[in-house]
Amino acid sequence: MGDRKQIIKKLETKAMRMWKKVLDMALTAGANSSHFGGGLSIVDITATLYGEIMNLDPNDPEWVGRDRFILSKGHGVLGYYTALSEIGYIPEEDLKTFEKNGSYLYGHPVINHPKGIEFSNGSLGMGLSLGVGVALAGKRKNLDFIVYVLLGDGECNEGSVWEAAMASTHYKLDNLVAILDKNNLQQTGANSEIMSVGDLASKWKSFGWSVSEIDGHNIAEIYDALMSAKKQRLPHAIVANTIKGKGFSFAENNNAWHHAPLSLSQYEAALEELNYDI
Amino acid sequence: MWSRVGPRATFGLAALELGETIDDLLILTGDTSTSAGLERFKKTYPEKFLDVGIAEQNMIGIAAGLASEGIKVITATFAPFQTMRCCEQIKVNLAYMKRNVCMVGLASGVVLGTLGYTHCCIEDISIMRSMPGITVVSPADCTETVKAVLAAVHHEQSVYIRLTGGAGTPLVYDEDYQFEIGKAIVLRGGGDITIIATGTMVSESLKAAAILSEQDISSAVIDMHTIKPLDTAVIDKACESSRLIVSVEEHSIVGGLGSAVAEYKTKLTNTPPQLFIGLPDKYGETVGEYSFLLEKYGLTAEQIATRILNQYGRTQ
Repeated sequence: MGDRKQIIKKLETKAMRMWKKVLDMALTAGANSSHFGGGLSIVDITATLYGEIMNLDPNDPEWVGRDRFILSKGHGVLGYYTALSEIGYIPEEDLKTFEKNGSYLYGHPVINHPKGIEFSNGSLGMGLSLGVGVALAGKRKNLDFIVYVLLGDGECNEGSVWEAAMASTHYKLDNLVAILDKNNLQQTGANSEIMSVGDLASKWKSFGWSVSEIDGHNIAEIYDALMSAKKQRLPHAIVANTIKGKGFSFAENNNAWHHAPLSLSQYEAALEELNYDI
Repeated sequence: MWSRVGPRATFGLAALELGETIDDLLILTGDTSTSAGLERFKKTYPEKFLDVGIAEQNMIGIAAGLASEGIKVITATFAPFQTMRCCEQIKVNLAYMKRNVCMVGLASGVVLGTLGYTHCCIEDISIMRSMPGITVVSPADCTETVKAVLAAVHHEQSVYIRLTGGAGTPLVYDEDYQFEIGKAIVLRGGGDITIIATGTMVSESLKAAAILSEQDISSAVIDMHTIKPLDTAVIDKACESSRLIVSVEEHSIVGGLGSAVAEYKTKLTNTPPQLFIGLPDKYGETVGEYSFLLEKYGLTAEQIATRILNQYGRTQ
């Protein structure tokens, strides 16, 4: 499938551009800091969703038939705003206002449909419930959009996630896809130290979801899993094994980068490592 | 128009009326359809009813997701679970995101006193009115409950409707009248005292005013059915004409109607003193039937009249 290869190459290039934008935004945020690690762990996923998987109209972020995306792990905005900028909903210029006074680009997303931001998030454990509501509405209105909800593994500490997981299968929401960014770290330490989430794939399976498990930085695997999720007849969960701080050696698996300022020298080192040549 | 079947059954009747007129309606409950008087609705409009199970946080999230797609959503469960269990979901998913849902808090106040204070709710007005963009309504009787629900579904903000009282709650309105969210109703004119009441305490206040009139004290009674936004014009007028303002509510004296009135009064000059009548800032210590608790906390018409009389004497 030549097409598939081309698509994956295109998405890899897109992810590369997004990494560069993430660095720019993190530098812009300055002393306000940004959620660097958890933003980077989702870049490959959001690049694939917005670059190929989701049915969107680049000219109309509010098109009624669009697929919906909910960033339940709201602190992952670096991986979200950059994807919205790639599709053109957020002008690239605006990324420079990230976390600046007067900007609409907060450190956690705030609903802004003209910019493609579907919901306000930031308090963990709420996004999947929103997704259930949106998916139910899609069924009632006979709209065939798919709702994608991106959650963190630490977020799965929240009980409300499991309320929503239970409801998703009860209502047979085959138009709902949950993606679990399993980077094994949460704010102050490893999941295993703070609150073990155990075998996430088994947990979601036991709630009646169909589940796939992938390398969350392998675009081909992400693409294939999301394509096959579209055809599922159950709510589908993708456990994406990721690396917090992915892309930059100083930040990878280093939880000091959960929320931290990026200095100019770090920015330059990161840029060199990225070998950005687009 | 509406009989004295109690606020919860009345809500069920209002729901039936809405089911008939609104296509894109969905009523959500948390395994509380019977308690919410929704059994008939559930049978008549199964496609407009959704039980989310015993999961109130999820209920508000689902409600917000549905509302985002243009569906008119009502949620209904017992007041503590409707407001406090899912408080942050209400903040983020409804208030912060400006998604409109009508939330109905069943059996608020102390009507469920025999079940304990897990099921009583004396804090909901305080909590709900502290969130920007949430309208708070506390109907005085069955008639007003219906009118409030019908209005709330089309309101420009999320609305919390607080239902107080039990079966046999007296009717305040025995005929049709104009109800508008945010517009208080002057039920009785008077000069010396203005009693501002909400929920079940409206009818008790009317009785209290009648008792006071026997002693030649003239009391106005206002049904402040909307606590947020507060109808400040009627308070302006009351402060100009009365020598005592009395707030009466089946809610904690912390943060409820009395507090809302007092907060506004601080903006005015030369206002009369205010007597706060409401539930004490504490949880119950023994089992108490509804009437037992109302009497224990001084919320019967006679007790209200006596407390007003004592305070009024001191203001002379």
